[in-house]
Amino acid sequence: MGLLYGLIAVGLALIFGLMDVTNFAHGEFLMIAMYLSFFLFAFFAIDPLLSAPLVAAGLFIFGAVIYLLIVRFAMRAKANAGMVQIFTTFGLAIVMRGLAQFFFTPDYRSIPQSWLGGKTISIGGIFLPEPQLVGALVSIAAFAGLYFFIHRTDFGRAIEATREDPGAVALVGIDKNRVFAFGWGLGAALVGLAGAIMASFFYIYPDVGASFALIAYVTVALGGFGSVFGAFAGGIIVGLVEATTALVLPPSLKSVGIYAVYLLVVFIRPRGLFGSI
Amino acid sequence: MDKDFAARRRRDLIIAAVLAAIAALTPLFVKDVVVQNILILTLMYAGLSQSWNILSGYCGQISLGHALYFGLGAYTTELLFTKFGVLPWFGMLAGGVVSALIAMGLGYPFFRLRGHYFVIATIVIAEIGLLLFHNWEWAGAAMGITIPIRGDSWLKFQFLRTKLPYFYFALALCCLAWFVTWWLENSKWGFWWRAVKDNPDAAESLGVDVFNSKMGAAAVSAFLVAVGGSFYAQFVSYIDPESVMGFQFSLLMALPAVLGGIGTLWGPVLGAAILIPLTELTRFKFGGSGRGVDLIVYGTLIVLISLALPRGLLSLFSRPKKTGAAR
Repeated sequence: MGLLYGLIAVGLALIFGLMDVTNFAHGEFLMIAMYLSFFLFAFFAIDPLLSAPLVAAGLFIFGAVIYLLIVRFAMRAKANAGMVQIFTTFGLAIVMRGLAQFFFTPDYRSIPQSWLGGKTISIGGIFLPEPQLVGALVSIAAFAGLYFFIHRTDFGRAIEATREDPGAVALVGIDKNRVFAFGWGLGAALVGLAGAIMASFFYIYPDVGASFALIAYVTVALGGFGSVFGAFAGGIIVGLVEATTALVLPPSLKSVGIYAVYLLVVFIRPRGLFGSI
Repeated sequence: MDKDFAARRRRDLIIAAVLAAIAALTPLFVKDVVVQNILILTLMYAGLSQSWNILSGYCGQISLGHALYFGLGAYTTELLFTKFGVLPWFGMLAGGVVSALIAMGLGYPFFRLRGHYFVIATIVIAEIGLLLFHNWEWAGAAMGITIPIRGDSWLKFQFLRTKLPYFYFALALCCLAWFVTWWLENSKWGFWWRAVKDNPDAAESLGVDVFNSKMGAAAVSAFLVAVGGSFYAQFVSYIDPESVMGFQFSLLMALPAVLGGIGTLWGPVLGAAILIPLTELTRFKFGGSGRGVDLIVYGTLIVLISLALPRGLLSLFSRPKKTGAAR
């Protein structure tokens, strides 16, 4: 579960690291991804595991379009820039939730009998639920891929460079909007991947994103904004803390442990564990 | 310039008095209970937003966790009332003091955080409060508290036959929050806050006590919001964690100020006057369908407004903005 949190969070971290915008609609991106993989299953009987790349691709387009249509303008604001971004993405989240309710009704849905659902696997006497295991593997692969992508490819370098100095980058002929749109797409694709995996073992409903969004923010902040590795580590920590809290506190209080650890970390290191600047 | 500023402040005070007088007279003409209800909520949110604005607008510490103080006010009042029979008036004060103390306690670690870290920390702390109240048996846990009806009186702050007393209290609260803001705007703290907001490092180097001025803003802001919370509890006469400490309150407190103009004297009032009736009407018109049309309308508005008018609606009225006037 922790790695899945990490995967949800890393998209957020990417978007934040890239352009200093916190996407408060991140949870809703997750929700959309879950619905997408639900409908792919319902209409075409494609297992969420197989549809994951499709969902990720769909979310990539979605993220890029959202950037071009909305976020691009929010970033132009000169006055109250922080507020404008927060409330634009918040408003977006509310609209998306409303749309989901409108089109999909507030009913809870789930994908029955996916390849992964409900099965467990035993490794050396420890029983692990399969979906979480696959989720963990996909997450690790995605992290590795992203890390490689950012640090080794030209486009990754372009992203990094654009973050450091958007002005100078324009002089070298890199289109800032294209880079940012791509970044948003990538961030959304990652959360799409997470959503597709989660769809196989989680209820799907319009507000589902909200319950994960806060944990995603905490994960990112815990690891330090703008750090991909931080989001990865944050995800693992959050997962472990959640599991530990569940042992000692009633289930309804399990997120309190996460929040408490987060607060503790941020108070000691106001920039998160691996945050720069 | 100083003369300008003094004149503007006098003018603001006069306008406020006139508006308050007009508002006070409206119930004479508006007898419809639904409309009265909307008016009460509008005034309440104007007051809340004004209080939020002190910390987040003037001092620049954007908090999206003010639902915590709202809920604390409501819970303190009602727990004192139902468990110990303490009159809501005292409960209200107690709630305010508790909230202010907690805000200051949280200030110690929180005010070291900047930007997004601060915002997320405020959301998280409100969420922790929500979860704790959810699991706190003595405080009614998830079931909440139904406020027992003890008759129709100002003493017990309960009114069964008419909503008018609630209306006047909400108006008084709104006026109080406005007046406190007006007063602080020109105080040492007010100047410090703007300095802290613009550039904390520079402010610090010029001898502004950054930390203490943030603490002051947090305490005043939390106190007023808590009073609003205990008013709301008496008004709806039933509270549970979700209905007084939910995230939507943090948002609803912030939005009017953002819409009207953050960090301004009139922004929250203007924002609330437009936003709250609109919210209530969309909910009234579309909310019944249960299909989220009200959310769509509401969210679209937020997006459009924050994109089109980053400074808030108030910026439409200001002549070629003389930002210097405030300094």
